[in-house]
Amino acid sequence: MLDELERLQKEVVISISQASTEQDISEIRVRFLGRKGSLTQLLKRLVTLPEGDRREIGKRANEVKEDLEKKIEGTLLPIRERERREALEREKIDVTLPGRRILVGRRHPLTQTLDEIIDIFSRLGFEVVEGPEVELDYYNFEALNIPKGHPAREMQATFFISDEVVLRTHTSPVQVRTMEKKRPPVRVICPGAVYRCDSDPTHSPMFHQVEGLLVDKGITFADLKGVLTVFVRQMFGKETRLRFRPSFFPFTEPSAEIDIECFICGGKGCGVCSNTGWLEILGSGMVDPAVYKFVNYDPEEVTGFAFGMGIERIAMLKFGINDIRLFFTNDLRFLKQF
Amino acid sequence: MKVSLNWLKDYVEIRMDLKELINLLTMAGLEVEEAASVGEGFEKVVVVEIHSIRKHPNADRLSLVEAKTPQETFSIVCGATNIKEGQKVPLALVGARLPNGIEIKRSKIRGVASEGMLCSEIELALGQDASGIMILPPHVPLGINLGEALGLKDTILDISITPNRPDCLYVIGVAREIAALTHQKVKYPLPSLANHGEEIDQKTSVAILDQDLCPRYVARMIEEVKISPSPHWVSDRLEKVGVRSINNVVDVTNYVMMEYGQPLHAFDFELLEEGRIVVRRAKEGEEFVTLDGVKRTLDGEMLMICDGVKPVAIAGVMGGLNSEIKEDTKRVLLESAYFNPAGNRRTSKKLGLETEAAYRFGRGIDYGGCLSAANRAAQLIQELAGGRVVGGVVDVYPAPIKPNPIRLSVKKIHQVLGTEVFAKQVRGYLEDLELEVQGESEDTLVVTPPSFRGDLEREIDLIEEVARLDGYEKIPITIPKGPPSSEERSKEFLIERKTVDTLIYHGYHEVITYSFTSPASWDMIGLPPDDPRRQHLRILNPLTEDFSVMRTTLIPGLMETVCHNVSRKNSNLKLFELKKVFIPQEGEKLPKEVKFLAGLAMGFDRDPHWAFSPRPVDFYDIKGCVEDILDGLQIKEVKFRQADDIPYLHPGKASKIVLNHEVLGVLGEVHPQVLGHYEVLGKVYLFEMDFSKMVKGAGEERRFQYLPKFPAVYRDLSVVVDKSLEAERVMEAVRTFRQPFVEEVTLFDIYQGPPIPEGKKGISYRIRYQANDRTLTDEEVNQYHEKILSRLKEVFSLELR
Repeated sequence: MLDELERLQKEVVISISQASTEQDISEIRVRFLGRKGSLTQLLKRLVTLPEGDRREIGKRANEVKEDLEKKIEGTLLPIRERERREALEREKIDVTLPGRRILVGRRHPLTQTLDEIIDIFSRLGFEVVEGPEVELDYYNFEALNIPKGHPAREMQATFFISDEVVLRTHTSPVQVRTMEKKRPPVRVICPGAVYRCDSDPTHSPMFHQVEGLLVDKGITFADLKGVLTVFVRQMFGKETRLRFRPSFFPFTEPSAEIDIECFICGGKGCGVCSNTGWLEILGSGMVDPAVYKFVNYDPEEVTGFAFGMGIERIAMLKFGINDIRLFFTNDLRFLKQF
Repeated sequence: MKVSLNWLKDYVEIRMDLKELINLLTMAGLEVEEAASVGEGFEKVVVVEIHSIRKHPNADRLSLVEAKTPQETFSIVCGATNIKEGQKVPLALVGARLPNGIEIKRSKIRGVASEGMLCSEIELALGQDASGIMILPPHVPLGINLGEALGLKDTILDISITPNRPDCLYVIGVAREIAALTHQKVKYPLPSLANHGEEIDQKTSVAILDQDLCPRYVARMIEEVKISPSPHWVSDRLEKVGVRSINNVVDVTNYVMMEYGQPLHAFDFELLEEGRIVVRRAKEGEEFVTLDGVKRTLDGEMLMICDGVKPVAIAGVMGGLNSEIKEDTKRVLLESAYFNPAGNRRTSKKLGLETEAAYRFGRGIDYGGCLSAANRAAQLIQELAGGRVVGGVVDVYPAPIKPNPIRLSVKKIHQVLGTEVFAKQVRGYLEDLELEVQGESEDTLVVTPPSFRGDLEREIDLIEEVARLDGYEKIPITIPKGPPSSEERSKEFLIERKTVDTLIYHGYHEVITYSFTSPASWDMIGLPPDDPRRQHLRILNPLTEDFSVMRTTLIPGLMETVCHNVSRKNSNLKLFELKKVFIPQEGEKLPKEVKFLAGLAMGFDRDPHWAFSPRPVDFYDIKGCVEDILDGLQIKEVKFRQADDIPYLHPGKASKIVLNHEVLGVLGEVHPQVLGHYEVLGKVYLFEMDFSKMVKGAGEERRFQYLPKFPAVYRDLSVVVDKSLEAERVMEAVRTFRQPFVEEVTLFDIYQGPPIPEGKKGISYRIRYQANDRTLTDEEVNQYHEKILSRLKEVFSLELR
């Protein structure tokens, strides 16, 4: 019987050494240690042995059993480990396959630019108002101190609907309409489409502007500089250099154009800034007292400033777009870029 | 406006480099757009003095010239005969390349070596004279580069002049600005001609019949002139600032215009009938041939310069062919007048004649400077054309214009600019600008502007001058006091953002198309003749017919965008536009401007992808988007009603979007015929809604609703109905039964084909039953559900499955 035990033990060792799966191991367990397993059978036969042998062989048999169990367990662990690893291995995926993306659309780059402008001025306490795009000559010109025959009219090639009605050439008429409706203080920005009869890579017959107006007691040119400096720094970066350059608009005086240092060449001069080192981005000025007369404000009592900018111009600079017409052909390959 | 730097230096000292000058002018409001170097290319052409002239040993017609600079001596073989010892001439050295392309090489001419070539005007492209060597003025320094010696090397500034500053449209004006900015006095040219004498009065006369249009007319006469090309210094200066050289007399008028800003006109006096000038309005319909040979028809408001019989010029715009200076002109009558700016602009605009003169008169010239400009020109003509200036001047100026004094409060300057300036400083700035300043009190100055500053009329105009001269950069930077705008952000603005967000999530790209379209668009989208959208506003002066009417719908713009994209192989499209349309209103000058929202989808919902199969978009894609938009805006109770009468939509696949019996918009597949017009293949779906109605219909902000404490119970309901019955009808019916605890009815399946009989369809709905205070029991729910089923049977005579 001892021999039998030895043989059994060897047999198990060989079997275990050949086992490669958890399945093999459990079969071994069943074959030797299961209810009908050979070791179990052998142990059952112990009772038939004489007392002395029984104890000795019994002890030995138990040792063998424990040893076998340990061996089985010892083999099982790495096999399990390996099998788990292999199972994970089999589940490996190609992480380079493209993901399932949601196809969202995009806002037009002009709307994105406008939203940014509006957000900045909203934080400065300006409210958004809109006005008509088909406008009376009175609001577009007369009330802005541009009477009929004024040379400044020639600066803005105008589309006419009739003698008295034009497509607005700027968003400035909204200034007048706002002041007609509201007593000071006034703090508004007026975005919208404007029209001029021009068409080439830098001019479009329709484009967009944002107008701003602030009228109150004690508003000065220094305030104009303050508000527009904040705007420029927020829009173009806080290190942006800018300058206020004297200019002329019939409805502001003193007037100023605001240039920022060309960020393409860093002010050295390049094609984008026509070798001046500066990019013109805003027109502005103190509201001309003549304009207040049209809206019954008292220029002795209130002062204010107005400003205007072209949204296309700012978007073109911001995104590096070279042809204004791209905004209006709406090529999907263009729209998807922003 | 182009200005020569050398020319400027005649009147003002420029003690700074070019970059500083550009900055100085630009920051004073005279924006320098470009600075171009000219007159280069005379390297190796030097000024030499002729020391001796000898005969060439081997050729009768050539001479050997010894020419010197202080450092060197050159031996040159020369064929010209006009040179004399002691003269200064240009010598092109070996290696020089002349403007005509000739390169000077070391050479032997008839056996004698020549170390260069003496040049004529024409060889240097400095004039027309080919008859001999160019003789230089005696004061020119020897040995230096010819370009430098003649002042040919120059910088031309291109300055953008704003419409309020006509006084900067000429050299002296710009010089005045530089002088003011650098605290100098302008060195004005001083004509040495006398104004007095009565000789001219015996020869001619001027009568102004329409003083309102011509407040002043100055005339001078020059006799025995010889018309010829101008000397190089005149034609060069003119050409550098963009004026074509014509002949000495005409060039002088242009030269003085560029210098003094006074447009002048020279008449051939012999061609003036009765030898006199009459200034009067044209007769209505009168015809006149201008210098450019074009016959113009005049109206009764146009001012004409006439002789005793007929018109000879359109005042301040263009001269006539009948009195122009010709090669044989002997006697010149020079006009230096002041014409009413508005009248001048009107005439020039009406005739479409944009001349340099009209541009200047139209903006307003220096009415005080007519006389000095006339004198300057007369003197120059005498110098250049060899004539004799007739004694005396005609100066008809019946009501001399006097600028009004302006009161300027120093305190007001501070109030407007927010910067501290003192009365003394202010006075200094204004006097630098040649304004006359008198102190009235500590705070108030009385300022009289000069005749060339017509733009200064009010206190604010003077404040601007102070700001300019003090420098905008000195004004501090402050943030305005006072409250922010009190108004809430407009509801419309927020709704717009919300709507756009939904569209973006649905994959729609925003487009912006022109507000104008072609009137042919209405046919393209198949609008019937009586469709109200055909009533549009027309632009009187459109760029092209394609952009000639204001849109009344967004659809043509979207369809054109489709065409553009499809032809570039962008065929899976989801686009939207949220912009205004323009509806003319009876009896109103302005149209109604209404914001519309339109969206369009075509092609597949996505590009081929390993994990998805692309699916063609259809009606229910855009409907889903519309539903999400409306839901996002809390617009409830919207009905989609089948519509077969929308001209541009497929009659079987179109719907009206109805809110409270009002049509919000339409939705559907684009009519194949419309696609045909646009030559688009495939299927296109679109919606268009009146955004203003959406804004009106938008609900209140969402309020939190308590989460149900008790579970819901669901029951399904499958019915077989006529194929033509709209699915919505059953859901509506269920809601109208008002059974208790019915919280929601959804449609989750629809089926046609066996075993459903032909002409029928099966629809499955799910009903959610829910109570607030308890869990509903099955028996309870079954009871309600049964009731719903039996009522449905009654109403629709349908079968249950």
